[in-house]
Amino acid sequence: MNYTLDFTPVIEGMPALLMACLGTFGLALGGMALAIVIGVGGVVLRDSKVAPVRWLVKAFVEVIRNTPFLVQIFFIYFALPLAGVRLDPTPTAIIALGINGGAYAIEIIRGGVQSIGKGQIEAGLALGLHKAQVFRLIVLKPALRAIFPSLTSQFVLLTLTTSVASAISAYELTSVAQRIESDSFRSFEVYGTITLFYLVISWVMMRFFAAISTRYFSYPVK
Amino acid sequence: MGSNEFLFLLTGLKWTVLLSIVGFIGGGVFGLAIALARTCGHALLERITAGYIALFQGTPLLMQLFVVYYGLALVGLKLDAWVAVAIGFTLHASAYLGEIWRGSIEAVPKGQTEAAKALSLHYVWRMKDVILPQAIRISLPATIGFLVQLIKGTSLAAIVGFTELTRAGNIVSNQIFQPLLVFGIVGALYFLLCWPLSLYGSHLERRLAIAAR
Repeated sequence: MNYTLDFTPVIEGMPALLMACLGTFGLALGGMALAIVIGVGGVVLRDSKVAPVRWLVKAFVEVIRNTPFLVQIFFIYFALPLAGVRLDPTPTAIIALGINGGAYAIEIIRGGVQSIGKGQIEAGLALGLHKAQVFRLIVLKPALRAIFPSLTSQFVLLTLTTSVASAISAYELTSVAQRIESDSFRSFEVYGTITLFYLVISWVMMRFFAAISTRYFSYPVK
Repeated sequence: MGSNEFLFLLTGLKWTVLLSIVGFIGGGVFGLAIALARTCGHALLERITAGYIALFQGTPLLMQLFVVYYGLALVGLKLDAWVAVAIGFTLHASAYLGEIWRGSIEAVPKGQTEAAKALSLHYVWRMKDVILPQAIRISLPATIGFLVQLIKGTSLAAIVGFTELTRAGNIVSNQIFQPLLVFGIVGALYFLLCWPLSLYGSHLERRLAIAAR
C-alpha cells in the first residue's frame, strides 16, 4: 500500500461543496413539502366514497414502496417530457422525491388518524368543546404527536435519498462531488468528505426534529 | 423490445437477486454479532456498535458504496466490482439488521433473562435457547421490511457500475430508445420481487399484534 491521501482537490472544491449542501437542503425541503401534500391528500382520497379512487391510492402506495427510487426517478425523468412538461433535472428530482416520500407519508399519516378513537371525539363534544377545539386539541395534536417520530425519520431518510438524484445530475452535494472526483480522480477523499457532510446534515436534522418534539409534543408535566 | 433485450434484463435481475441474498446473509451474520455486542452490557463495546449503527443510518447508501468501493482499491485490494459492492451491502445491512435485532432482543421481557440466570444458564445458552428464539419472532416483520429495502437498495450498485437490473435497464434503454417501456418493465420486475415479501411482512405484523393483545 503506497497511496498517499491528497485532500487538495477537496479543499479547493470546498466552496462549491458547501454551496451544494444548500442544493441538497433545497431538494429535501421541496421533497418534504410535496410529500406532506401528497400524504394528506392521499389519506383523504383513501377514504373516498368512490371505490376506484381508493384502489388507485392503495396501488400508488404499494407500487412506490416496492420499487427502487432510482427506477422511479429515471421513469419520471423520461415520462415528464413525453407528457409535455419540460423541467430541469432539479425540479424533476423534487417531484420524484415528493412522490416517493408521499407514498410513505400516506401510510404514516393514516396510522396517526386511525389512532384517534371515535369515543375521544364524542367525549370532547360531550364536554362542551367547540368543533374546532375538538379538532385542534383532540384530533390534530395527538395525531401529530403519534406520527411525528416516524414521519421525521422518514424525512431524514428522504434527505439522504437526495444523493440518488445525482443520477439525473440534479444540483446537490453528490453530483458536485462527482464533478470534483472526475476532475481530480481523488475518489476516496472526495466521497469520504461528503459522507461526513451527510452525517452532519442528518444529525442536525434529527436534533432539530427532536427539539420540536420536546417543545410542542411532550405531555404537559404537572 | 425484442427477446434478447428482455433476456438481458433477466440476467440483470439474477444479479439483483444474488446481490440481495449475499448482502442479506452477510449482513445477517455481522448484524447478529452487532446486536449481541450492542446488548452485552460491556460499555465500550456498546458505544462502538452504537457509533457503527449511527454512521450507517446517518449517511446515504450511495456514499457507503462509493467509499467502500474506492476505499478497498485504495488499500491495495484489487477486487472485482461484484465483490466490492457485495462488501458494501453487507456492511450496510449489518448496521440496519443489528439495530432491528437489538430492539427485538430488548423487547423480550426482562423476566426471561432473570429466569434463565436463576437457572444458572450460561450466556450462550441463555441467548440461543431463551432470548433469541423469542426475539426472532418479534423482529420478523421489521427484518422482512428491511429485506425489501435492501433489494431496492441494490439498484444503487448501478451507479457504481455494477450491471444488475437497473443498469441493465439503462443499457437496454440506451439501445432501443424506449426508456418508459424499459424502466416500466424494470420497475415491474422489482415490484414482483418486493411486493410478495411486503405482503408477507405485514401479514406477520398483524399476527404479532393479535398475539400481543
